Amino acid sequence: MSNAPRTLYEKVWDAHVVERRDDGSCLIYIDRHLVHEVTSPQAFEGLRSAGRRVRRPDLTLAVPDHNLPTTARVDAEGRELPIADRESAEQLGALRANVAEFGVPYIDALSAKQGIVHVVGPEQGFTLPGTTMVCGDSHTSAHGALGALAFGIGTSEVEHVLATQTLILSPSKTMEVRVDGTLGFGVSAKDVVLAIIGRIGAAGGTGHVIEFTGEVIRNLSIEGRLTIANMSIEGGARAGMIAPDENTFAYLKGRPMAPQGADWDRAVEWWRTLPSDAGARYDKTVVLDAANIAPVLTWGTSPEDVVPITGVVPAPDSFADPSKQEAARKSLDYMGLAPGMRMQDVPVQHVFIGSCTNSRIEDLRAAASVADGRRVAAGVRAMVVPGSGLVKRQAEAEGLDRIFTAAGFEWREPGCSMCLAMNPDKVPAGERCASTSNRNFVGRQGPGARTHLLSPAMAAAAAVTGRLADVRELMDR
Amino acid sequence: MQPVSEVSGTAYPWGAKNVDTDVIIPAHWLKTIKRSGLGRGAFETVRAQPGNIFDDPAYAGAPILIAGDNFGCGSSREHAAWALADMGIRAVIAPSFSDIFSGNAFKNGIVPVVLPQEAVDRLLEVARDQPVTVDLETMTVTTPFQDRFAFELDPFRRRCLMEGLDEVGLTLAKDTVISKFEERLDHERPWIKGESGYAGVAVEGTGRT
Repeated sequence: MSNAPRTLYEKVWDAHVVERRDDGSCLIYIDRHLVHEVTSPQAFEGLRSAGRRVRRPDLTLAVPDHNLPTTARVDAEGRELPIADRESAEQLGALRANVAEFGVPYIDALSAKQGIVHVVGPEQGFTLPGTTMVCGDSHTSAHGALGALAFGIGTSEVEHVLATQTLILSPSKTMEVRVDGTLGFGVSAKDVVLAIIGRIGAAGGTGHVIEFTGEVIRNLSIEGRLTIANMSIEGGARAGMIAPDENTFAYLKGRPMAPQGADWDRAVEWWRTLPSDAGARYDKTVVLDAANIAPVLTWGTSPEDVVPITGVVPAPDSFADPSKQEAARKSLDYMGLAPGMRMQDVPVQHVFIGSCTNSRIEDLRAAASVADGRRVAAGVRAMVVPGSGLVKRQAEAEGLDRIFTAAGFEWREPGCSMCLAMNPDKVPAGERCASTSNRNFVGRQGPGARTHLLSPAMAAAAAVTGRLADVRELMDR
Repeated sequence: MQPVSEVSGTAYPWGAKNVDTDVIIPAHWLKTIKRSGLGRGAFETVRAQPGNIFDDPAYAGAPILIAGDNFGCGSSREHAAWALADMGIRAVIAPSFSDIFSGNAFKNGIVPVVLPQEAVDRLLEVARDQPVTVDLETMTVTTPFQDRFAFELDPFRRRCLMEGLDEVGLTLAKDTVISKFEERLDHERPWIKGESGYAGVAVEGTGRT
């Protein structure tokens, strides 16, 4: 191998090449595989019908999350409550049966460690710097926050990884997204990533792996970095990575599945070699100045439809691209908004604080600090769904649950919840939701549901004012 | 997987941009544990609108879909590819595809054909009342009006499509080289394997309830 400077992505890629093929693609080894109930049943069925086994159960971890209702899971006597939806129950049951049949490590719905796969991975130390990591879920990009090359795969690829612990991949192009400066008052990691997607567009990162760099990213907590990397896919990039540093090591040390003792020391030694070399080249570089990032939210039905909270609904004619004009017209029609309306005048009926983007303890703290001493506005249903049982426990130890419930928020059990309208948590047609999740697609939160993506603090501000609101007006400077 | 070398026939002249997989198949259809039958849920929100292209008898059963930029963005759900296959679609033509959808399409015998926007615009016009042909042998899209647009495909994926190969079976034949890599991995990065990292394993309930 030459000594040319390499990026973080190139170093992790090179360390996992099992075989280079004539056409430029490579057989890549997969170090970590997260499995959930929705995208795995057909993969296990494929193994079963071909008489194949799971090659490395020890590198695999299964957790149910998408289908699980976020209401109580056991009755007063601790007995498991049945799941009303027959198909959901069947799919969750299939996961339990498959992990038993194939010997896959599993965190059950009744465990305090259960949660959204992308919250559980880092929390348990299953996610590690420099690993290749996959899951049948596009938000697997989140784990790149710790310096892993992590990306979502389809079910056929889930089957391929279960059977072979590898994938056939072609190298991606690289894109550096650098965020310089210092974040302004009331601006969070969610605002930063929405601003990035607004800048590069929903397809801007297609074919690329993004590396997020710059002072703002360096100064973010691991939780904030997870929020950023999580939404790489909304900018079209299959993966987003952040160089591991002392914060990353401090976050991981002592977690149940993280290396221990001499292994830990060896691992850290290797992890320190991973950051991109000086002079490493990216195929594309985009630079944002933090000074220009305000609290933002989406107005349309693509995550690229971003506007500052102080702004107005854009006019379709204001876009240069004719197809974007047409898309904007359709979006505004679906969203029930008119050009020129002030975003802050838009009333909401639902607030969702949760999802793999924003359901970690810092997210809940940020929302609680706004909710504290206030009341959810009349006519608003507001819900807080912790990302895992451990996040929930931590929040309760800090009294956050009491702040939320006193303010009139519902305090739920962990799961994907209202992010994707697959479990009972849905937004009714024509109603509007301020949501900390990651997708504002047509029908994403329920048929006809209208979604505005924003940060946890902004979501809390919407809950207590009953409209999209500038959280800075509710915060102590 | 059935081998595919040519897809020819009516094409839905849709052209929509940023079609996400939630639009192709909404999440409530994802509770199935099978691959088949998802055509019923395909484009459910689009089909709820009167006069939509998918219920237009002129295009019923069309094997080709023509769309705009960034087709298949969003969720990784392979159900999107299964739904398209179940409604009889064997090729999608667009200026660009999301990386994940593109992979899923190949694995289900659907050809994702990338053509420049101008070519897609021309095909959208032609396909209103004329058939379109996607030929994997010559790597071209043609129309009855002598239009001929060349496209590219990853050589390995093209071979898998044309020969209907089982990728898992192909990789399993590489067992020796994978095992050799694993030996090296155990030596160079011993913390990756289960016995190291999983001390105090967080595994609860093996499913044997």
